Amino acid sequence: MRTTSGLLYEGADWNFDTLQRTYDAIEEIGTGELGLDLYRNQIEVITAEQMLDAYAGVGMPVMYRHWSFGKRFAQNDTLYRKGLRGLALEIVINSNPSICYVMEENTMTMQATVLAHAAMGHNHFFKSNHAFQSRTDANAILDYIAFTKRYVARCEERYGVKAVERVLDAAHALSDQGVDRFGRRERPRIGKERERAIQRLEEAQADYNDLWRTLPARKARPEVDLDEEAERRSLGLPEENLLYFLEKHAPQLKDWERELLRIVRNMASYFEPQRQTKVMNEGCACWCHYQIMNRLHRQGRIDDSAMLEFLHLHSSVVFQPDFDDRRFSSINPYALGFAMMRDIERICTEPTEEDTAWFPDIAGNGCPVETLRRAWTDFRDESFIRQYLSPRVIRDFHLFKIDDDGESPELRVAAIHDESGYKRIRRSLATAYDPATDLPRIEIVDADMQGGRTLVLQHTVRDGQVLDALETRRVLRHIAALWGYPVVLCEVDADGDRVFAEHKLDSEALMA
Amino acid sequence: MHIIDRRRNPRGKSLGNRQRFIRRAREQIREAIKNNLRDRSVKDSSSGEDVVISSDGIHEPRFGRDRTAGQHERIFPGNKEYLEGDRIPKPRGGDGRGNRASEDGEGEDDFAFALTRDEFLDLFFEDLELPDLVKQKIKAEKSPQPQRAGFSITGAPNRLSLVRTMRRSLVRRVALGRPGEDVLAQLERELAGLRDGSIAPSDGRSAEERIAEVETALERARGKRARIPFIDPVDLRYRRYEQVPKPISQAVMFCLMDVSASMDETMKDLAKRFFMLLHMFLDRRYEHVEVVFIRHTNHAQEVDEETFFYGRETGGTVVSSALHEMLRVVAARYPTADWNIYAAQASDGDDVLSDVPRCASLLEERVLPICQYMAYVEIGRDGGPPGFNMQRDSDLWTGYSPVAETHDNFAMRAIGEPRDIYPVFRGLFSREGVEA
Repeated sequence: MRTTSGLLYEGADWNFDTLQRTYDAIEEIGTGELGLDLYRNQIEVITAEQMLDAYAGVGMPVMYRHWSFGKRFAQNDTLYRKGLRGLALEIVINSNPSICYVMEENTMTMQATVLAHAAMGHNHFFKSNHAFQSRTDANAILDYIAFTKRYVARCEERYGVKAVERVLDAAHALSDQGVDRFGRRERPRIGKERERAIQRLEEAQADYNDLWRTLPARKARPEVDLDEEAERRSLGLPEENLLYFLEKHAPQLKDWERELLRIVRNMASYFEPQRQTKVMNEGCACWCHYQIMNRLHRQGRIDDSAMLEFLHLHSSVVFQPDFDDRRFSSINPYALGFAMMRDIERICTEPTEEDTAWFPDIAGNGCPVETLRRAWTDFRDESFIRQYLSPRVIRDFHLFKIDDDGESPELRVAAIHDESGYKRIRRSLATAYDPATDLPRIEIVDADMQGGRTLVLQHTVRDGQVLDALETRRVLRHIAALWGYPVVLCEVDADGDRVFAEHKLDSEALMA
Repeated sequence: MHIIDRRRNPRGKSLGNRQRFIRRAREQIREAIKNNLRDRSVKDSSSGEDVVISSDGIHEPRFGRDRTAGQHERIFPGNKEYLEGDRIPKPRGGDGRGNRASEDGEGEDDFAFALTRDEFLDLFFEDLELPDLVKQKIKAEKSPQPQRAGFSITGAPNRLSLVRTMRRSLVRRVALGRPGEDVLAQLERELAGLRDGSIAPSDGRSAEERIAEVETALERARGKRARIPFIDPVDLRYRRYEQVPKPISQAVMFCLMDVSASMDETMKDLAKRFFMLLHMFLDRRYEHVEVVFIRHTNHAQEVDEETFFYGRETGGTVVSSALHEMLRVVAARYPTADWNIYAAQASDGDDVLSDVPRCASLLEERVLPICQYMAYVEIGRDGGPPGFNMQRDSDLWTGYSPVAETHDNFAMRAIGEPRDIYPVFRGLFSREGVEA
């Protein structure tokens, strides 16, 4: 390793040469010293307007058309123009090659930070983390999105924008419930999706024969008398993935409508790992940029002014406002993630007695980078916090736990950063990031396929947390639009003996 | 690693999404536009518009928990003084810690964004149509205009299409094998070289033999160049035009206003807003719109915009003088065959009693026959609540009423307050069958 080889750049301006030179130096540290395993990087320089475009399309370079993306654009655009919100310096896409958008307005130091953050940290995380590896297909995602865009456009041409919008609206409302949380089905091979969808369209066309219309109606088939249990089994109930169930079993949907549901479902499961690993992903990226920029400075490849600019940028990214601060909204995943990565590094190299007691397996093992890399591979936020949140970080953040009983006029401080509170705080915070509990658990438990065709959903209420009634009604309306028949949602507790509420949408409501 | 510069990529990638969004929120946006027309200054009539709409209809529902029911636990950073077991009174309404309310997205929040000028005008004038389009179409056929229609092999020299001609010439020259300048130049260089002995034939023949060969080749090439012309008459192509009847797309708008002492500043401002709307509207329908301002007291004169709205003048009120002035201007500058003529008259309804019948007959016999449309707006006298100032029809209103009943291209409305302007305007120009 070279110890010094002169400055990579000077001043704020950047050009393609400095960008390339800096990238090379960063990659050398990233893949060498930090041992990162990377997809090939593709850096794309864009303008602020294009960044807003990318925001609107949930960060993807292309996206099918839908009014909600236009709404998001209008919102961001207004905030940005009024100066209420800055834009992200970068967007990185979990694809192979990994695409990293950087803004032209950034200074060279910002570009360097972005490269170290996204092109190294996020890239490595995407490529090595288990959640991403088991659920997303980085090789095919870009082709798939381009395909969905064309497919939706084709449906709009053929069946009208309104009809497509109706299905997409409903599907978007259910996208939180369009993911297999417990990973029963194998991950979608989205590389094959396109062929399958096109085949579906073509078959529908090839099958069409005007003669069928002229056949006399066949006498109704004698009803096969399936017993209820067998029928429920054949539908795969109970089913937590509402989009999957509706795609497969909704009686009245046309093939292209099922395909639209499938597209939204595939996108939802593509984004699911990002939701499950937000803290780790950002923590990993922040730790990488912090290490790399410090190393560049020590090697004398960036000057002091660049380093000061970097530190300013870095500290505003990992800033955690206190709960009573006006800026507070929730725990900043950048702050928590970065603090935990640094803490693991510290435990590996300079453990205290407390650390040895809490983390006997890693304390003082002397290889922080390997330990971190292993954590980045095997964990997601929930298990990571459950495993690695140390008393030290809890103390630094002054974390405390609040219990809120809906009935009572007061909140109760249930635990603070002291000996008796560490474990409870850690458990509670981990649970907050648990995909099995952070979203309400809603399943389809029954679908009457013979008679009234009522679809029955069940919300398993935990700790008396019932659904917001107004919102629930709105979502049910969307489900009913897809299902085509009455829909009922019951809220019961885990044992099934207490019913909290029942939301019903019958046929009359459907017509309205 | 690749670096790709995407900055030059086509802009407006999310335009399709935006159009879908605006279509979706159309009702709310129209409502918002109507409401803030009141606060709009006349000067920025051409800029975009910030609108705030309610988020019904553009709300995206999700299953979510009711924050006020059941037991919740949350972890917060930044504990300063709390000890385990402390009890804290719930902040306002048991919720609202930090900005949790916006996180929840209750759906009734207002949604603010900016419309571009074109989007604004589209929505603003949606469903409005110019009256009496039939007449306009009949007129239109009288003014044919040349329009490009392909190419022809004959034509006037000024219509020669150089690109087409040169393309055909190149094709012909290549097809017939006309040697180019470079071929000649090379042969000549070789000949010169051979003659002064700087080049020797490569295959060992004598220089004389090669010289003779090159000379023949050169001669043949020159001959071919002479026989095959660079541009041949068969290459020539001319741009062809066809005479296509075009609608006349120019209009003149007459703004007539009473500026006598009885019209105060507020009333003038109301009139101005009405004129402004009309101008924006015509501007969208016609390529070219001219505006003529005529103000009157007991005599009328054509003035510029500034004087029209802000100039001071006192005197009596003789409305017919303005109509005469308008007819004079039309006769002098706007032949009715070439111009669509619109007129809008604003007044508080005062007129010298003896002048009213004169106005009505002037309107009926001379003004309306040449106008596409004429609108008379009566500005409310005291700006009191609507209805109160209508206790007695004004002189002019009484006089004009019979005319309005018998003529389709004349309409009259009363405006009392700024918020009336837009509905009245829509009422005047609503498309058949579309409620304003």
